[in-house]
Amino acid sequence: MGKHIKTLSGRTLQESMRKGGCGECRTSCQSACKTSCTVGNQACENRNNK
Amino acid sequence: MIHAYTFDGTNIVFDVNSNQVHVVDEPSFNLIKDYETLAVNELKAKYGPVYGTAVVEEILEEIAELKDKGLLFSADPLAGGITLPEREPMVKALCLHLAHDCNLRCRYCFAGQGDFGGDRGLMPADVGRKALDLLLAASGSRRHVEVDFFGGEPLLNRPVMLELVDYGQVKAREAGKEIKFTLTTNTLLFDLDLQRFVGENNLAVVLSIDGRPGVHDRMRPTPAGKGSYGRVAERVVQFINSPYVGEHYVRGTFTRHNLDFSEDVRHLAELGCRKISVEPVVAGAGTDYALRDEDVPEIMLEYEKLTRFILENHQNGNPIDFFHFNVELEEGPCLAKRLTGCSAGLEYLAVSPQGDLYPCHQFVGRDEYKMGTVFNGAVDKKTAYLFAKAHIYNKNACKNCWAKFNCSGGCHANALAFNNSLLEPYRLGCILARKRLECALYLKVMLNKSYT
Ligand code: SF4
Ligand code: SF4
Repeated sequence: MGKHIKTLSGRTLQESMRKGGCGECRTSCQSACKTSCTVGNQACENRNNK
Repeated sequence: MIHAYTFDGTNIVFDVNSNQVHVVDEPSFNLIKDYETLAVNELKAKYGPVYGTAVVEEILEEIAELKDKGLLFSADPLAGGITLPEREPMVKALCLHLAHDCNLRCRYCFAGQGDFGGDRGLMPADVGRKALDLLLAASGSRRHVEVDFFGGEPLLNRPVMLELVDYGQVKAREAGKEIKFTLTTNTLLFDLDLQRFVGENNLAVVLSIDGRPGVHDRMRPTPAGKGSYGRVAERVVQFINSPYVGEHYVRGTFTRHNLDFSEDVRHLAELGCRKISVEPVVAGAGTDYALRDEDVPEIMLEYEKLTRFILENHQNGNPIDFFHFNVELEEGPCLAKRLTGCSAGLEYLAVSPQGDLYPCHQFVGRDEYKMGTVFNGAVDKKTAYLFAKAHIYNKNACKNCWAKFNCSGGCHANALAFNNSLLEPYRLGCILARKRLECALYLKVMLNKSYT
């Protein structure tokens, strides 16, 4: 962790690309709203992706 | 690409292509903002006298290290764009319109107050069963499938819903799949028996209530023109305190008439709701309640107010899960998922009471988008491909947008309604989506133990 820049640890999109795409995650409009969607709020269903 | 902003004194730098969040001090904040336009010696010349040469050098070193690791100023994960192959749509979620009828007359209802511009009809059980058969077949190798009971008000067709849950569970088991049902209801018919059913069968529930009584009653009257708040609030409270409550959201819509919607979230929280979604109305400019460009500054401030309220609740040990402020960084969706977001018309379809297939619930009843019927089981590939191509690398606005990998290109239905093109997102929606993401990332930072 830097002195001036602190980074929240997270999976990078580049990493997700290598193992992702299994399609087991939920579709987005299903979770709560029916007129607007966000995707970034979902968890990946595939525990092996990490 | 980066997005640098300050929220209540916290400087945040979001690296778009890697999806990483950095919290930085003021000198770094300024250096990072200039990093791509100034050379190293220019940065030193500009900031050395302000922050001291040693500090500037330290920061430049940290930036270089993060850059090396691909965590800052990282490269586009799909430089050069992407062409998705034309393929059989792999449907994994269906929205079943159990009833094109409603026992409320919500003014903003996109379903034409329940009837979707057509007849008030109930979906026969046979259509529902065929829809589930189609889902289980068209989902191919995917194990998780989803079904949303929707309407109108789906509980007007209660026996069919009960039957379909049973049928779906049996058929999914036979197919070696897991089926997840969600019920979206205005709560009026959500009695104790149904609450028990939902609990025992593990249905997710979305309960519609707009917030404060006056706000709710103004937009969600009964057919006789009376307010529905009293009965709805009673049901909501009953359910969230019942032993049957599981996965759920209490959701409302805000309009131009309640731009102070953080007060509605507060009201729902006071009722005891902990999982809340309150979202902007989508309506044509001709209505008195549609959001207008001139409302944007007020909505932005309101989202900030709401952010502080959510933060306070977390810090007081009474967390509220506000749907649009959730952002998953550690185990978020993979890149493939982020390209097209809702995947309407591809992985998600809606089924009308008569059994016709559409790209999503917003398209039901629009003939030009009909994608087949549950009876012949085939899903129209042409329309699916139109939607497949409407991904963030093909939309000009999205290409240059810092929120693209989290927003995923916005709502197709809105893009069509406002700009008549799947490739041109609804601008007001974009402004609000970006603001919500700023709030969400800020909350993520503040609630992360190592920063507080
Ligand atoms: S906010 Fe708008 S421009 Fe940005 S990714 Fe979403 S739809 Fe595209
Ligand atoms: S097109 Fe819009 S309304 Fe339809 S599923 Fe996608 S985000 Fe939801």
